[in-house]
Amino acid sequence: MKGLLIRDLSLAVRAGGGFGLGLAFFLIVTILMPFGIGPNTSTLTIVAPGILWIGALLACLLSLDRMFALDWEDGSLELLATSPLPLEAVAGVKALAHWLTTGLPLVAAAPVLGIVLNLPPQGFFWLIASLAIGTPALSAIGTFGAALTVGLKRGGLLLSLLVLPLYVPTLLFGAEVARRGVEGSDAATPLVLLAGLTLAASAAMPFAAAAALRVNLR
Amino acid sequence: MSLSVENLSCTRGGLPVLTGVTFHVDPGEALILRGPNGAGKTTLLRTLAGLAPALFGGIAVSEDSIAYSGHADGLKAQLSVAENLRFWADVFRAPGIDAAVDAFDLGELMDRRAGNLSAGQKRRLSLARMLVTGRAIWCMDEPTVSLDSENVARFAAAVKQHLSNGGLAVIATHIDLGLPEARALDIAPFMASQIETDPSDDPFLAEDTL
Repeated sequence: MKGLLIRDLSLAVRAGGGFGLGLAFFLIVTILMPFGIGPNTSTLTIVAPGILWIGALLACLLSLDRMFALDWEDGSLELLATSPLPLEAVAGVKALAHWLTTGLPLVAAAPVLGIVLNLPPQGFFWLIASLAIGTPALSAIGTFGAALTVGLKRGGLLLSLLVLPLYVPTLLFGAEVARRGVEGSDAATPLVLLAGLTLAASAAMPFAAAAALRVNLR
Repeated sequence: MSLSVENLSCTRGGLPVLTGVTFHVDPGEALILRGPNGAGKTTLLRTLAGLAPALFGGIAVSEDSIAYSGHADGLKAQLSVAENLRFWADVFRAPGIDAAVDAFDLGELMDRRAGNLSAGQKRRLSLARMLVTGRAIWCMDEPTVSLDSENVARFAAAVKQHLSNGGLAVIATHIDLGLPEARALDIAPFMASQIETDPSDDPFLAEDTL
């Protein structure tokens, strides 16, 4: 399993691996927002948590369709399915690799973008906490979507349509944590619920993804 | 370790392709699958490997003993030859890759990116992967595609070595591999479309016609 994680991480950072695309997308989308909304800092403060969360969510979505599609195209998914690694473990490792290459950089970049969107100082901790705890759920749920659409030509759009509705609870609680952090009210409750979502998704989604892969490999 | 297939029916895309396939392979034995294009060689191998479910019938084989190699090479273009092999050695918990490298003469290519290899070199790397799996039963689908005659001989030598170690192999191919002791199985008679269906055998149809 460690070998698969190292392979996926090194594939992501090599030429054509797509590492940084999600991050760059996140940066650009967020930086465009003040241009669209206007330079009024009080308006930006109100919308900042939501924009940062939606930006992170869309950035996560960008690299999802490559998760299994590349292994499917070159035949290594079949070989992995006949290897001693259970497909559940393969899906779990893929989700982890996706989070390390997409979600974690977003968490690291969020404070900088918080400044761009005039996020008040007390909101930074909660924004980072909500992204750090919430983005693993995005990767785990996305793994299931990627497994469902593997093997489809132009499956990327279908993947977005399938996965975005499943992202709603994570977005609700994640943005709520960040919003309450900005207001200075109690953000611990939505954060705990967000953590619960992440734990549930990480526990259940590898099994759902493996089941979908088995059907698609037939 | 042996492989027994009893009255197996295989499907592809929901349609039965083969029915009533029965054979037995003992350790040290190779079975060559023959048959025209579309006969179901790939489907049979994928069913043996557990990728496709069997419609009917049974495969008697110990768990985790089958190594499968398909039409695709399963290589990562951005990784070097050595990295590709080491990855599979790690997945299959193999002790090392040296024997596999020697068997297919990959020593000089170790640091090359797999994406820069020729089709034949890629195939050799893909076949070397079978050696690092350390599994007893090789299910191989057209393993010699794009290999030159020298490398077909290397492949035959690797299969012989595998058989003499008590392994067994099921290989679908159209060419002569240079394995005189291997048994050939023509799967054309098992093709589902070849089997004549007599309406009177079918109780529902028979009732209709009465």
